[in-house]
Amino acid sequence: MTVSSALLHSVVQIADDHLILGHRMSEWCGHAPMLEEDLSMPNMALDMIGQARALYNYAAQIENKGRTEDDFAYLRTDREYKNCLLVERPNGDFAHTMLRQLYFAALMHPFWEAMHKSRDQALQALSFKAIKEISYHIRHCGEWIVRLGDGTAESRQRMNAAVLNLHPYTAELFEADEQRLEAIEKGIFPEQAPLKAAWENTINSIFYQAKLEVPDTTYSQSGGRRGLHTEDFGLLLAQLQYVQRAYPGSKW
Amino acid sequence: MSTEPTLPLWEVFIRPRVGLHHKHVGSLHAADSVMALHAARDVYTRREEGDSIWVVASKNIHASDPNNAGENFDPAGDKIYRHPSFYDIPDDVGHM
Repeated sequence: MTVSSALLHSVVQIADDHLILGHRMSEWCGHAPMLEEDLSMPNMALDMIGQARALYNYAAQIENKGRTEDDFAYLRTDREYKNCLLVERPNGDFAHTMLRQLYFAALMHPFWEAMHKSRDQALQALSFKAIKEISYHIRHCGEWIVRLGDGTAESRQRMNAAVLNLHPYTAELFEADEQRLEAIEKGIFPEQAPLKAAWENTINSIFYQAKLEVPDTTYSQSGGRRGLHTEDFGLLLAQLQYVQRAYPGSKW
Repeated sequence: MSTEPTLPLWEVFIRPRVGLHHKHVGSLHAADSVMALHAARDVYTRREEGDSIWVVASKNIHASDPNNAGENFDPAGDKIYRHPSFYDIPDDVGHM
């Protein structure tokens, strides 16, 4: 395995995480429970998609086979997407969406922080922009989760349901396959253990304020990093890719 | 979309940049001041409108009575000497 193939593989994983989560978040546009959140959630979606674009552009550059960001985003089949399962989970209710975003942002914050010292200059440069965006996501989703968890009987019940549904997808966030390990070894990507510790710290602190319990379960779901996705993913891709598939290369 | 009747209204003030003052830009609904600041950031600073935000609960704003507009504001109308426009400013002073 060459360094560049390990790097390409790892960059695509992260890019896919951002594209898919950004797409999911964008599904709220026009459907949010209040006008303020109807601007806030697409804001976060645009942050995610902006980061995905930067990462796909970089992946295309590493690969050097003439593919573009659009080829990565729109013209692959489901098995070629390596995002973790968490980010493709359907929006569910507002509590689910806030928690999914927090789970992901709580990983990406220490990730980008560590990337400030990456030996890869392109990723290092991206990390300084990304960390500001992701910090806000933690703050915004965290504040909502505190208010929903420690809110009314209904908001509390919905928040608890979201935790039970989504928590099994969090273990996959810390998996590292052979290529990722290679990228870590070379000082390009950060070690997983400190990321997990930082993630747990963030989640524990917010759950404590929200009066939520971290589920005491070892059951977990994974597969996304190997291209094995959940049923909902096919529908997501159909919507995401429709225009590009129906009108290949069209511009407007 | 529905307006959530239980969420209070907040007035939002944005400062375009350091050295200028905060200006009223609009209002929004939020549960408390922290969430109001988040919403203000998302609703009113999308196009780099500012670098500082104030929010004030609308219920804390006390307005003058429009019925008193005459007695409040008309008496200033004939006191033009309060405008500093009767002085000759030397050209080399520049913009004041």
